[in-house]
Amino acid sequence: MIENYLNIFINAIFIENLALSVFLGMCTFIAISKKIEAAIGLGIAVIVVLAITVPINNLIYNYILRDGALAWAGLSDVDLSFVGLISYIGVIAACVQILEMFLDKYVPVLYNALGIFLPLITVNCAILGASLFMVEKDLYFGESVAYGLGAGVGWALAITILAGIREKLKYSDMPEGLQGLGSTFIIVGLMSFGFMSFGGIIL
Amino acid sequence: MSKYSEILFRPVFKENPIALQMLGICSALAVTSKLYPTLIMCVALTVTVSLSNFFISMIRNITPSNIRIIVQMTIISSLVILVDQALKAYDYETSKTLSVFVGLIITNCIVMGRAEAFAMQNPPGVSFLDGFGNGLGYSVILIILGTIRELFGTGTILEYEIFPLVQNGGWYVPNNFFLLPPVSFILIGLIIWALRAWQKDQIEEPEFRMSQNSPEIVPNPPPTPSSKASS
Repeated sequence: MIENYLNIFINAIFIENLALSVFLGMCTFIAISKKIEAAIGLGIAVIVVLAITVPINNLIYNYILRDGALAWAGLSDVDLSFVGLISYIGVIAACVQILEMFLDKYVPVLYNALGIFLPLITVNCAILGASLFMVEKDLYFGESVAYGLGAGVGWALAITILAGIREKLKYSDMPEGLQGLGSTFIIVGLMSFGFMSFGGIIL
Repeated sequence: MSKYSEILFRPVFKENPIALQMLGICSALAVTSKLYPTLIMCVALTVTVSLSNFFISMIRNITPSNIRIIVQMTIISSLVILVDQALKAYDYETSKTLSVFVGLIITNCIVMGRAEAFAMQNPPGVSFLDGFGNGLGYSVILIILGTIRELFGTGTILEYEIFPLVQNGGWYVPNNFFLLPPVSFILIGLIIWALRAWQKDQIEEPEFRMSQNSPEIVPNPPPTPSSKASS
């Protein structure tokens, strides 16, 4: 039982890393990885939001949207799965807003540390992507908690590594056209090859 | 007329959403291993961004600014649901290949970015053109990627054989390296390099520069009155 959860968790961090294996959240991944502190802040925000929204979306999918899920309300032949996209993005936007207000009121230290990153997260495709993958993999509630957490940790790990590399690289003398964006893409490509070596590991 | 063509074609090379503005990169990488799904993805995104720009611009004057994000999100996700359902109905195989990436058009930053930056300030017709132009800019990069990856990865374009393969008695050994997803990162990096060699003003300034061997660090520089006056 616990091995199953651990397996999903490790799998989500290394083998199916959201940033480096399925390429989600790339816009923020590349834009906010110039400084390592900012990268860590954003990484933590992503972990928190993913660990909350993926399980909530899992409940919504399993008890409201799925084909035949409304059997508890006596509507056993209703299939609402086509409104999935709009409900997931609604849940994500609402969660981020509530989290922001909660942190502002009760944990101002963390609120100030996360700053601008929280609202940015609503439009980060890693968050919506993780919910969609959760639906595609057909996970149970417990599994979805492990998956959300693992996916967040994996994304945070990837952005921290990239920020570290970019901080070192700013002293290097590159061809003019490759400076900035061009070289970043190539670095991410090489990192992604590195993460491919985790593929096929079964715990 | 030139104003309209400017709006339409500016995003294709001068302000390409992927190569310059760093928007909408996620889907550019994952769907380009074959050309056909790439084309479908381009059409889906272009339709969504043009129509969302059009509708958001239509109601821009009656949208209260503090809830505009949620209004935009609702419009965009409804359009994406339409596109997704249409794709599932008419081309189920491709919709399986694209898996979650059609749904992820909602959070594609090109759509949100153009809605915020252009559609909220401009009338519907022009916004539609702007959305279409940005869709084209995105499509150009994706189609280049898809063509290169399919051609070198499998020797075909749109399943039509261009390079005769060794196993069919030809000469080309398919390079599976190009079918791996990370290759698209490296290809985009190279495309950006090529684009910036052509459009010099897109080059980013580095934070640090190697200092040349300047006269100041040469021991005992000969005193020149003109350099003293200028410094």
